[in-house]
Amino acid sequence: MKAKLFIDNNYPENINLDNIAGEVYFSKFHFIRLFKSIYGNTPHRYLTKVRIENAKTFLQKDFNISDTCFKVGFDSISSFCGLFKKSERKTPSEYQRLYRLRQENIKIKPLNFVPNCFAEQKGWSKNSNFQEPA
Amino acid sequence: MNHVSIFVLNQDSAYDFYVNKLGFKVHTDAPMGPGKRWLTVCPPEQPDLEITLMSIEEGMMFKGDAARQMRELVKNGTFGFGVFQCNDLNATYIELKEKGVVFKKPPTKEFYAYEALFMDDSGNWFSLGEKQKN
Repeated sequence: MKAKLFIDNNYPENINLDNIAGEVYFSKFHFIRLFKSIYGNTPHRYLTKVRIENAKTFLQKDFNISDTCFKVGFDSISSFCGLFKKSERKTPSEYQRLYRLRQENIKIKPLNFVPNCFAEQKGWSKNSNFQEPA
Repeated sequence: MNHVSIFVLNQDSAYDFYVNKLGFKVHTDAPMGPGKRWLTVCPPEQPDLEITLMSIEEGMMFKGDAARQMRELVKNGTFGFGVFQCNDLNATYIELKEKGVVFKKPPTKEFYAYEALFMDDSGNWFSLGEKQKN
C-alpha cells in the first residue's frame, strides 16, 4: 500500500520502481507480483494509469498538451500521446475538445443530462429557470 | 442499471468524499439554477454506472415535513445504500482510513464474507468486501 500511495503522491517525478521494491524489502519479482494481486496492475502500468488520469484533469482545466505531458511526468510528448490514446481511445487533443463540447452542452441544455423522471420529481422540467413550481 | 441515487446532506461535501476520498470520477456536474445541482459520480472501473448524489429539499420529491425527516434519517445512519468490492480489503481499509473515511466495522470475517462497513460524509453506510480470487 505504501508503494501505491508513493506513486499516487509522486507520479510527476522520475520514479524508479526498482527503488520502491527495495524500500519495502521485497525482491523486484515479488514486489511486482504482490502489487498486481492487490491493485490489478503492475507498478509500471499503475504509474502510467495515474499519470493519464491526472493528465485528463489538466486537460479539463484547459492546460495545453505539452504542458500537461510534462506536468504529469512524461518525458516525451509522443510517448504521452501514444499511451493516452491507447488508454482512452482518443488523442489528448480530441479528449480535450470533446470535454469542452460536453461542458458547453451542459451549460446550454443541462436537462439533456438529467433522466426525465428525476427532472420531473425535482420540478426542473416545469420551469426553464429550474426553480421549484409555486 | 445505469443510475442509482444516494441521498446526501450537502453536495459539496459529498463531492469531496466520493471524488477526493473514495477516488470516484465525476460523470456529470450540472448547475440547475440557484442552489441546485445535478451531480453524478462513477466508480473508476464502472464509467457507465452513474451514482447520483441527490440533495434533500422540500418540493415535489419531499412534501411538507418529509425533507426534514429524510435528512434526520440520513444523518442517523439509517440507510445502507450498497456494497463495494476491492481487490484487497486490508490494504483498501488502511488507505481509506488514512484519507479520513470513517469505518463502522473494520475488516471482519463474517459467515457470509470478509467485509468492512464505512460511512460517507452524510451518514449513509456501505459494505466493502473483497473480490473472490479464482
